[in-house]
Amino acid sequence: MEATPTVRKTFAHGIHPPDFKEETRSKPIRRFPFAPVMIVPLSQHIGKPAKPVVAEGQEVERGQLIAEPDGFVSVAMHAPASGIIRKIGLAPHQSGRMVESIFLQPFPASGQQVDPGTPCEVETASPKEIITAIQHAGIVGLGGAAFPTHVKLSIPEDKRIDTLIINGVECEPYLTTDHRVMLEQTGDIFTGIRYVLKATGAKRAIIGIEANKPDAALKLRRSIPEEMPVNVELVKVKYPQGAEKMLITALLGREVPSGGLPADVHVVVINVATAAEIGRLLPRGRGIIERVITITGPAISKKGNYLIPIGTPLRYALDQAGLHEDVSEVVLGGPMMGQAVSSLDIPITKGTSGIVAFTSAETNHRPEKIYPCIHCAYCVDACPLFLNPSRLGILAKQGEYERMAAEYHLMDCFECGSCSWVCPSNIPLVQYFRIAKGIIREKKAQS
Amino acid sequence: MSLPKKTLEIRTSPHLKSPIQTDTIMRNVVYALLPVAAFAVYLFGLAALLVLLVSTLAAVLTEHFLCILNHRESTIGDWSAVITGLLLGLTLPPALPLWMVACGGIIAIALGKFMFGGLGYNSFNPALVGRAVLQASFPVAITTWYPAMTPDRFSSLPASSLTMPFMKPVWDTVTTATPLGQMKFEHIAAETDKLFFGMSGGSVGETSALIILICGAYLAARNMLNWRIPVTIFAVVAGLTAIFHGISPETYPTPQFMLFSGGLMLGAVFMATDMVASPLTTPGVIVYSAVIGVMIVVIRFWGGLPEGVMYAILFGNAVSPLIERSIQPRVYGTTSRRAKA
Repeated sequence: MEATPTVRKTFAHGIHPPDFKEETRSKPIRRFPFAPVMIVPLSQHIGKPAKPVVAEGQEVERGQLIAEPDGFVSVAMHAPASGIIRKIGLAPHQSGRMVESIFLQPFPASGQQVDPGTPCEVETASPKEIITAIQHAGIVGLGGAAFPTHVKLSIPEDKRIDTLIINGVECEPYLTTDHRVMLEQTGDIFTGIRYVLKATGAKRAIIGIEANKPDAALKLRRSIPEEMPVNVELVKVKYPQGAEKMLITALLGREVPSGGLPADVHVVVINVATAAEIGRLLPRGRGIIERVITITGPAISKKGNYLIPIGTPLRYALDQAGLHEDVSEVVLGGPMMGQAVSSLDIPITKGTSGIVAFTSAETNHRPEKIYPCIHCAYCVDACPLFLNPSRLGILAKQGEYERMAAEYHLMDCFECGSCSWVCPSNIPLVQYFRIAKGIIREKKAQS
Repeated sequence: MSLPKKTLEIRTSPHLKSPIQTDTIMRNVVYALLPVAAFAVYLFGLAALLVLLVSTLAAVLTEHFLCILNHRESTIGDWSAVITGLLLGLTLPPALPLWMVACGGIIAIALGKFMFGGLGYNSFNPALVGRAVLQASFPVAITTWYPAMTPDRFSSLPASSLTMPFMKPVWDTVTTATPLGQMKFEHIAAETDKLFFGMSGGSVGETSALIILICGAYLAARNMLNWRIPVTIFAVVAGLTAIFHGISPETYPTPQFMLFSGGLMLGAVFMATDMVASPLTTPGVIVYSAVIGVMIVVIRFWGGLPEGVMYAILFGNAVSPLIERSIQPRVYGTTSRRAKA
């Protein structure tokens, strides 16, 4: 690795948690075997669930369309393996609810070849056709939010996009999927960028990478196709640098207006793995059936970056990765914003960027005692949106939810967890804010 | 499959936590106060040691018993009562009768902290509340100064220290004047270097500017003290004094004298920085500190007292919620400071 020059680009505030990426950052992406039964939820994205187009008992090929988008904010689903549809019914889901899902039993003897579909050529396709192709490839934001990518790329008529930002920051501790994707799927990323530039009309693209991944930045920089308007920029290592707003501010110095979208400041941001997926799938006319996931944490013996078929039950995935007997907490996504699961019977979905498993050695030593707020202002200095979490926390405790939203911009909070992380009094600030936001949304829906 | 059927813990994100805890911060403040206390004992001997011990014990025991009386878990483990006790002791004259010291500790915790709801809810710095009540109750005792570096300071106590409660203290003949008192009433300015290294009369811990600054720098480096507060107070006090000294050098002291005399160092570094009683946001903190700086100058120059740091900080604490309310941070993606109502 070469010496990195001083990196200055960043946003104001933020925190510096330890990154725990050492153990998986140099592990190449490895393929994963097929589970005996796969569960493909029809809702793996924000928006309306997909509509199944297969019937129970039907045989499907790997990569075949099994559910089509239902409306605009919805994406397609494809068979993660060649096999037989055993059942279409309710299955446990990350959200804690039971969700309509397709149960697929892979054929053990199948070659698991994927037949090419109708390609969407970047040279000939119109922006509209590219966006439709992305929807039908079932692509959602792979960074964790699972927002349908084609919706993000459908820019309203009155908005003009000048810059496409490719998010390769990966600021969540423990996760190294984007890092590996940048090193190993470099070509796909640039192909994907070509599609997205055309779809959005942006004149240039910037790939933003946190300074702790100089090898990825170097590889990308050296691989920029000739005459492609792409820059690779390093940004400071700081959480939550990977948040859309924070990355836009770091790279361009623009602030997304409160309540607005990146398009309001002429920017579209997509995750680097999403770009790679677009670049790989669209020229072949295929749909997304697998994704790279970091399985790591103190309770995992075979930590690594795995290419895992979507629909693989968590239990199976953890078994393959060597789960420690003393596991006490399993988090989907990164430890800062990820969700602890209550059951291992839920499947891996398109939005799963990582699985972090902790043993009781860690969970028992987590500071739990809640002290009163001592006004240390650590949270005020941490909040990347310059909110006042201390004040918001006090108002939340008093149940003044309306005032939190009206006077203190509660609804801008994107729950990055920086305030909770720094709070020396262990006040569960983000949790307070989630509850407050939920109640406000509920009240709004009623009125 | 071979996985254990163990119950998984569910909690909400973030699943990681900074190791810095409230008691970590408080404990570090105590560490930072210990060199100041040690130097005070070196200067004033047994008398200072007893003042510090009695004030700290009184504060901690008061907190403990009030918790028990209120059927709460004792909160002395968070170390904040120790800070209050130590700070109070450091602001008192070394020969103050110990029963008064104890009263100060009890009042600081009971009236200054517990009555408001304990840690995190006090509007004023509790140690200063204790000190202010003592000042009002025993105006003579609290302004009777004992000289530093007396030869027998480690073998004997000033006669006044062990005064029986509610009895009139008997003062040693060797009392002294503080540099501020001399300045105010006799217009004699002490040499700045003597003040800086602390070899002059005064309260237990209000003496060595150097040690206070080093200890404050340690806390600031660990992000457990907001350096903007002392720096702003110093700047405001020095700036205002420079102006007045420039106009009339006979009437007003030099900025150096102002900075290094009396309780300004201890007050600006350790008292005004009380997290609970100061504002949250950086602009708020600057206004708060400037208010304290102005008040110090006003009281010292035109007030009836030679020293004004204590009342200046209490005044700053009093207006802190007002500052807090009127100065909110500008939220990302908005242009105005005030939230839209």
